[in-house]
Amino acid sequence: MIEARGLSKRFQDKKRGEIRAVDGVSFRCEPGRIYGLLGANGAGKTTTLRILATILEPTDGTAVVCGYDVVEQPEKVRANVGFLSTATALYPRLTAQELVEYFGRLNGLDEATLKKRVDDIFSRLDMNGFRDRRCDKLSTGMKQKTSIARTLVHDPPVMIFDEPTLGLDIMTARTITTFIRECRDRGKTVIFSTHIMSEVEKLCDVIGIIHDGNLLTEGTLAQLRERHAEQDLEEIFVKVVGTVQSKAEA
Amino acid sequence: MNLNAAGIVYRKEFTEWVRDRRTLISTVLVPLFLFPLMMVGFSALAVVMVGKAEKETPKVMILGGEDSPQLIASIKKLDSLEIVPYAANWKDEISNKDIRAAVEIPKGFEKSLETGQSETVKIYFYDGEMKSSFGANRLEKFLKDYRDTVVKDRLAAKNLPASVLSPFAIKQENVAPPEKVSGATFGSFIGYTVIILCMTGAMYPAIDLTAGEKERGTMETILSSPISRMDLVLGKFLLVFSASLATAILSVISMGTSFAILGRTNLMNSSGGQTLALNLGLLSVVSVFVMALPLAFLFSAVLMTIALFAKSYKEAQSYLTPMTFVIVIPAVASIMPGVELTPKLALIPVLNTSLVCKEIISGTYHWDSIALIFASTCIYAAAALFLAFKTFQRESVLFRS
Repeated sequence: MIEARGLSKRFQDKKRGEIRAVDGVSFRCEPGRIYGLLGANGAGKTTTLRILATILEPTDGTAVVCGYDVVEQPEKVRANVGFLSTATALYPRLTAQELVEYFGRLNGLDEATLKKRVDDIFSRLDMNGFRDRRCDKLSTGMKQKTSIARTLVHDPPVMIFDEPTLGLDIMTARTITTFIRECRDRGKTVIFSTHIMSEVEKLCDVIGIIHDGNLLTEGTLAQLRERHAEQDLEEIFVKVVGTVQSKAEA
Repeated sequence: MNLNAAGIVYRKEFTEWVRDRRTLISTVLVPLFLFPLMMVGFSALAVVMVGKAEKETPKVMILGGEDSPQLIASIKKLDSLEIVPYAANWKDEISNKDIRAAVEIPKGFEKSLETGQSETVKIYFYDGEMKSSFGANRLEKFLKDYRDTVVKDRLAAKNLPASVLSPFAIKQENVAPPEKVSGATFGSFIGYTVIILCMTGAMYPAIDLTAGEKERGTMETILSSPISRMDLVLGKFLLVFSASLATAILSVISMGTSFAILGRTNLMNSSGGQTLALNLGLLSVVSVFVMALPLAFLFSAVLMTIALFAKSYKEAQSYLTPMTFVIVIPAVASIMPGVELTPKLALIPVLNTSLVCKEIISGTYHWDSIALIFASTCIYAAAALFLAFKTFQRESVLFRS
């Protein structure tokens, strides 16, 4: 379970002054459901998810992940979270197995449990063919599978995906979306960000539209369609964001 | 602080480190092969070059002297010099290395000798050019011998003994043991080299584990794991420190081997012809290593902290290159003649270690200075590690864009 309470993040930029990347965002993600954070580039998606993963600290507000506060207990939060994004690369000089084992150990798994867990994940993701190959020698698809294995090794109840399919080919992206569904089916709390409408329509149980650091609207796809009197998600997005932009310009 | 977690990071970083070709070069190959190459190779080359230059018969030109036939005849009789005919552009010929030197005999030289008037014989040569110096030296030696003969003849003519000109002799004699002489000669060089290699050994892992991690996109991956940033920094720091120490150890071993080889081949001779046997005893090796420990610690923490500000490997290299000068300058200062360890200098990092290594290698142990230097460097090192911890907490540094 994730509960964000008035999350804000401000950065100082030498040229632009203070930047409000996230501005008082509150939402709730339930176990067994996928929460989709939909927004354009620079809307605040990555910052929000980085705060939930405790990679960044909020300027104001807080979030509770699996009962742990992101500000007060960041290490406990991370132990309950699997975080995957296009920015989370692999160590090139480690083999796929070494990398997954490394993160298993960092998550406090004992050697017997780790071995069992690694064998299980490598079989499930069909990774045994390249388990001893160095990460810099892996194909994009193999790298994605290794990243997935890394996030799964400690079997976290919460999964955070930051634009996980960005720049991937269709087949590799499909591996990721299938994996996200599996996470939901296993009862995990899933939040993922994207700007691809089709992904949101296919995957998400709840959708939040974020723009300029503000969460403008949220609900199921059906609720959003009814609330904004549009069937197509892209139209809903344009309408919601457009209204805010018009108000700002006025 | 969780030492187990830091140990996991250390083991992983070690695995990656030994698989990195750049590490192999900077940590193993450079210290292991640089010294033998520099010491044995260059010394042997220098001996060969000097020997070759000494065997050559220098071409020398005589300027004037037409009215001093005896002197000219004596010079021409010399086997060690080849006399070439006079040419007006003799200065150019010396500069262009066509001839090695020229000797100018003043007009009426022999007549002046007879009348007891003093004249000056000038030798022209190319300063800094070894073969030209050899030519000039041979001319000077001949002229000194010739002058001594003239003096002896004059004394004999007046029935005076030769000792009238030198009522007593002066002789300098070294009383320091050979180890101290060689230590004073090579000690500063060894200290300087160990310091530079401690830094070189730390530099590449420091970049790789910070800016390199950012560039490869693995920083966010590791930050999403439950390890605390302090444990993460500690694990990384220990690896950089290990690399620095490994380089220092290998460099000391390599230096010991190089000097042993040099000692056997008699390539090292002092100006007095005495062989400079550099005796790197166990105590001096261990002492140099112990003194290098806090310095390697300091370098590792400082280099890691600076490299973390960079976004890429290349940017980190550009940050750390000026650091090289900051470290090299005090290290070089210790080599300069007359720079001795004082209580004030004992507080200047790098310079203090370099100076104390010089003393240790020459067999001098001022324990109060050693303790002060060790303690002060430890304090600087602890402050640098604290700074590294703090820098790793800064989002603006970790996620600089």
